[in-house]
Amino acid sequence: MKNVMGIINLHENDDMLREMTRYRPLAAIPFAGRYRLIDFVLSNMINSGISNVGVLAKGNYRSLMDHLRSGKEWDLARKRDGLFILPSVNGSLIGEHSDLHDLHNNLDYLKSSRQPYVLMSGSHILGNLDYRPVYEAHLAKKADVTLLYKDYGLTGRQGISFEHATMIEVDDDDRVVDIEICPVRPKGNKMSLEMFLIDRRLLIDLVDSCLSRGGSSVARDCLMKNLESLRFFGYSIPGYVARIHSVESYFRRSMDLLNPEIWQELFFENGAIYTKVKDEAPAKYQHNADVRNSMVANGCVISGNVENSILFRGVKVHPDARVVNSIVMQKGEISAGAVVENVICDKDVRIMAGKKLRGEVNHPIIIEKGTVI
Amino acid sequence: MGKKQCVAMLLAGGQGTRLGLLTKRVAKPAVPFGGKYRIIDFPLSNCFNSGIDTVGVLTQYQPLVLHSYIGIGSAWDLDRRDGGVYVLPPYVREKGGEWYKGTADAIYQNINFINMYNPDYVLILSGDHIYQMDYSMMIDYHAAQKAEATIAVIEVPWEEASRFGIMNTAANNRIEEFEEKPKNPRSNLASMGIYVFNWPLLRKYLEEDAADADSDNDFGKNIIPKMLDADQRMYAYRFRGYWKDVGTVESYWEANMDLLADRPELDLYDSAWKIYSVSPAQPPQYVGPEAQIACSMISEGCQIFGQVENSVLFPGVYVGPGARIKDSIIMPSARIESEAMITRAIIGRKTVVESGTGIGHTDTETEHQSPVNWFSGITLIGENLVINSDTKVKRNAVLSDGGVISSGV
Repeated sequence: MKNVMGIINLHENDDMLREMTRYRPLAAIPFAGRYRLIDFVLSNMINSGISNVGVLAKGNYRSLMDHLRSGKEWDLARKRDGLFILPSVNGSLIGEHSDLHDLHNNLDYLKSSRQPYVLMSGSHILGNLDYRPVYEAHLAKKADVTLLYKDYGLTGRQGISFEHATMIEVDDDDRVVDIEICPVRPKGNKMSLEMFLIDRRLLIDLVDSCLSRGGSSVARDCLMKNLESLRFFGYSIPGYVARIHSVESYFRRSMDLLNPEIWQELFFENGAIYTKVKDEAPAKYQHNADVRNSMVANGCVISGNVENSILFRGVKVHPDARVVNSIVMQKGEISAGAVVENVICDKDVRIMAGKKLRGEVNHPIIIEKGTVI
Repeated sequence: MGKKQCVAMLLAGGQGTRLGLLTKRVAKPAVPFGGKYRIIDFPLSNCFNSGIDTVGVLTQYQPLVLHSYIGIGSAWDLDRRDGGVYVLPPYVREKGGEWYKGTADAIYQNINFINMYNPDYVLILSGDHIYQMDYSMMIDYHAAQKAEATIAVIEVPWEEASRFGIMNTAANNRIEEFEEKPKNPRSNLASMGIYVFNWPLLRKYLEEDAADADSDNDFGKNIIPKMLDADQRMYAYRFRGYWKDVGTVESYWEANMDLLADRPELDLYDSAWKIYSVSPAQPPQYVGPEAQIACSMISEGCQIFGQVENSVLFPGVYVGPGARIKDSIIMPSARIESEAMITRAIIGRKTVVESGTGIGHTDTETEHQSPVNWFSGITLIGENLVINSDTKVKRNAVLSDGGVISSGV
């Protein structure tokens, strides 16, 4: 995999994540008790042997930079290669602001990289993936582009929404014959993971030619429009994949992690998932703690009742507090006697003594970062 | 190299024989503690939190794990351009070389290292204690007293004073006498093994001590008494707070259990004085629908389906349905299968306790006659063992690393 570099494209649609993306890009959303979404794709890349990763930034990426810093946690603080932040450039020639545009503005990085292949991915579709077999298939098929997809078949899509997804059709040889972005009525069950492997020089040519012909989107203009002229193949990923595009999907995919099989697969299948270390002490269960079917990160101190919930690092649950079907992000505090049910508390939220908050399973309440209730 | 005000020297070469199995493969400072730490994390984090950025770690016994753990010191922010952490094992010189003969000799052999930074003060630390302490306050005190040496002391219960090195001090805290384990102690101020010396004077004493063939080359036995004899200005610095020597299996177990109180004396959750460690990349722990956990500390990567009470679990431990763990310490990646019962035991890394096994039976009549931790009541199970289903392991038993145990012990 020394022949492959990675690009993480942060131009992702975050309209349906409401308050959660007000101050951060989709890639920086906290997930699974101690991670941010981008940790999964970054870890997958380094576990697959990729050591040159560019992050195509977008919007307010301060919190993301704070998270990534030198890239040391992912072993990407290197003399040669490593982590590169590709800044978004506003007010550029055409006045438009798109991934194709930003990639074009950072074309020098692509040109000066040594790896002949590029794996490009977003951050909002995640799993514990091994890209090495994808690379082998790409070479074996002499493909120009290999697009990863998840085939949910006819029976495997209970609880899976294709809303806003990119769907594909492949022939018997896995050649991609159709791509639909955000179809209202998808024809099949093959969902694009919005990750693809491509020849670096071909990508540079496509970016250049598509932009000069008025294109704006890598997916639409570089890939879809050239579907027939390129050797465009699919690669079906076997394991668990989570797509986070809305509050509801964030909530459901988080709760998936309370299934020990999914927990095991997502965190261990092809290697560890790395994140910024916070040096929190182990989770502490006090004498009156009662915790059932929950995921708990280090630094939590629990005296109350926690059920079907996810507690991020450093959460405090005081005596007689109840946390049910909820997600409490970093440093949240649920005071004595308070109750939260079907609630997503963003970072640093404090629920004061005796307060009761209840959402619904299909419409959890979101408490914005830093709120005191 | 730029001059430093203070260089810390951490004595980490000790074998810690009284910890038995726990130090069979690792030096005492590398023994895991408190669900995610190793003992050395405490002095190293104290250094970082006290603003001391140059630390020499003197290693000798079983150094591999310790060396690889310390690495370049980045876990404690000690990977610095000017200063940082230095691992200092014994080395060979032009005319032979030697192991470190004693604590003073270990520092003597590294005079060149300390000279490189030409510090005003040298802070001597050991890797055997669990405590949170701001060394910068002790150094300030040392400077304010215009002392040549300052020794940190802690009040211990009078009945235990004869187990410690005791400082007899004047009202102004000037040390008048030092007694190692006195039968009839006249003070209850015990030395914590933490010293601040003015470097030029210490260097002189170390050189004289090295030339003395009859010396044990030990701070407590030789350097401190000689300085007192010469009437050097030596002061006791009183420390108030939690401090525990973890030199025996029993005190090690107690120190772990001390963390489990609802309000423990040692606060690992104090964000102003964090204890740093090398963190494994493990997901948050999963607690199953039937699990019951109370008065326990549980680390990342654990999966708990059974009962855990008053125990410390290191990363990646699996506890099966119906298993019961009480008053125990479970090392990383151990697997406790369904219906196993573990009481007052220390279970080694990656050991598998199969279903229905009983470890550390509370029935005193079946007490195992082990000479190592006689009557401590603690059962010690080594690393990488497999204890077959339904085996009974008696209280006080000690099972060494590796192998399969299929009949009662």
